[in-house]
Amino acid sequence: MEPGARPLIELSEVVKDYYLGEIELRVLKGITLSIRDGEFVAIMGSSGSGKSTLMNILGCLDRPSAGRYSLAGHDVSGLDRGALAEMRNQTLGFVFQNFNLLSRTSALENVELPLVYAGVRSRERKLRAERALERVGLATRLDHHPNQLSGGQQQRVAIARALVGEPRLILADEPTGNLDSRTSLEVMGLFQELGRSGITMVVVTHEPDIATYASRVIVLKDGLVESDHVQEPADARAELEKSMTRTQVPA
Amino acid sequence: MNLLQTFRIAFRALLRNKMRSFLTTLGVVIGVGAVIAMVAIGEGAKSSVEQAFAAMGTNLLIVMSGANTAGGVRGGFGSQPTLTWDDLKAIQSEVPTVKAAAAFLRSTSSVVSEDQNWTTQVGGTSPEYLEIRSWPVAQGRAFTQSDVESATKVALLGRTVADKLYGPSADPVGQLLRINNVPFEVVGLLATKGQSAIGQDYDDTVLVPSSTFRAKIQGGLRSYLNGTIFIQATSGADLPRAQESVTALLRDRHRLAQGVDDDFSLRNLTEMASAQAQGTETMTTLLASIAFVSLLVGGIGIMNIMLVSVTERTREIGLRMAIGAKPHQILAQFLVEAFTLSSMGGALGVMFGVGTALYLASRFGWPLLIRPDIVGVSVLFSALVGIGFGLYPAYKASRLDPIDALRYE
Repeated sequence: MEPGARPLIELSEVVKDYYLGEIELRVLKGITLSIRDGEFVAIMGSSGSGKSTLMNILGCLDRPSAGRYSLAGHDVSGLDRGALAEMRNQTLGFVFQNFNLLSRTSALENVELPLVYAGVRSRERKLRAERALERVGLATRLDHHPNQLSGGQQQRVAIARALVGEPRLILADEPTGNLDSRTSLEVMGLFQELGRSGITMVVVTHEPDIATYASRVIVLKDGLVESDHVQEPADARAELEKSMTRTQVPA
Repeated sequence: MNLLQTFRIAFRALLRNKMRSFLTTLGVVIGVGAVIAMVAIGEGAKSSVEQAFAAMGTNLLIVMSGANTAGGVRGGFGSQPTLTWDDLKAIQSEVPTVKAAAAFLRSTSSVVSEDQNWTTQVGGTSPEYLEIRSWPVAQGRAFTQSDVESATKVALLGRTVADKLYGPSADPVGQLLRINNVPFEVVGLLATKGQSAIGQDYDDTVLVPSSTFRAKIQGGLRSYLNGTIFIQATSGADLPRAQESVTALLRDRHRLAQGVDDDFSLRNLTEMASAQAQGTETMTTLLASIAFVSLLVGGIGIMNIMLVSVTERTREIGLRMAIGAKPHQILAQFLVEAFTLSSMGGALGVMFGVGTALYLASRFGWPLLIRPDIVGVSVLFSALVGIGFGLYPAYKASRLDPIDALRYE
């Protein structure tokens, strides 16, 4: 990204309050940060630090109580539900901890779903979904239903679904939470590849291991940014290969 | 996203739960089927009643002689002849709303063929009678006006009498017959008419010209008509006017002062028929409304299942919203699901209802009367039931918060 261009994400003094009956709970207490195109950001923090709330706001699923949030140059603080849905559809891709695939629905159809709501014609939809599944290495599993796929494969279908709309930003909420360490490496490797291709990645995690693959780590504590630093990311692909050769040592 | 895609999504969702979808539909199937079958049953019953009355003749009035009262004993209608043959002529010629009128004299007599005898009702009448009763001759010929004028000894037999005298399905035309020892020639066989509403056999009868009847079978006073007069009005609409005119004419001819009771009785059979038909109509309405209630219950079943479905698929709804489904698209999806369920139920219900009606019609020998308007209304209503009862669950789904929905366990 050329310097001086407007950042993809700009938060200024974002506050989020929740009301639990009479009690008002301030979960985000004024967050200001910006993320540029192509960054790979890990958001960390213990539970209750506000990272999920921040994630929901970044993902246009929720609106800040106060402050401004602009995404890809649009102020989304004041948009209604319909406009937010369109924003999510056009700009964002989501990856969830529990995959959230539609059961009894083929991988291909799961991946096509965002394009259905984007109004893409069925032939093009199928073509693009196939390409997205190829990109995550599942070209041979198009007709499989989620219950016929392993956890790692299911998460890759979910990543293909996030990719298919050609988003500028992919938000992943604990994407490796339900995966073993090897498939976690696979997923992170895939994320790094996507990051290199120009998609901005934001991964929310509480695992420090996972955060090492990001180029920037933001740590939240009690609704405020505690630290925000840039780092040299570890290479997930390389580590995966290393671990594979280790397990292949002959007995 | 267009409507076709919405339908495809809904269809796929329904196919994921085939058994449940089918059971949900069943309520509407039974509802629609019941409405169609019940109305068909009611219409069939009505038409069979109407047929029974039509067998007696259409737009029919019957005039009987009045009652005499002697020594405090009131004799009942027909106990004293008050109608005259001139009354009949006057009715035939002076009342424009009367299409035809015929005298009918009756006696129970023994009729004898060469080797058999049978006691039956012998009627003396004129050719108009057959027309009024819509009673054609099946074989041979009817007697004519000239038979009546010259009092020829000819007879028409009902099927039952012909069977008794000449053997089953024999052709009696040309045979000889004795009534009160007077020989008659059988000139025709009456078409089979079946039974009356009270089980009397119409075909157990012999008809002869009224003049012959009076001369050879049962005498009586010269000018008085010792029987009944059958009158057919020009149309059903003219029937009340014909009734009034005939009453006025007879009162005038019998010189009855105002306030004096009629010395004759005039009966309107069509009124009885329409009262009967109205009775079955009421029954039809009753049955149809009960069936309609079951259609409504079917609709509530759809609502129930849609609510369960929304709860069960909360996460799916959350996901669809997260990847860009707008609230109105979620609303449309669930509405279309409910609509699909109910209209499929409607379509199956039509088949079920028509099948039931077909079976009942063949079972009871009723004419098949499926009213297309009732079929249309119940299908339309079932679709509306789907949309109406689907609206609340669909609205509920569309108002879900995607964050809560995604987190729903």
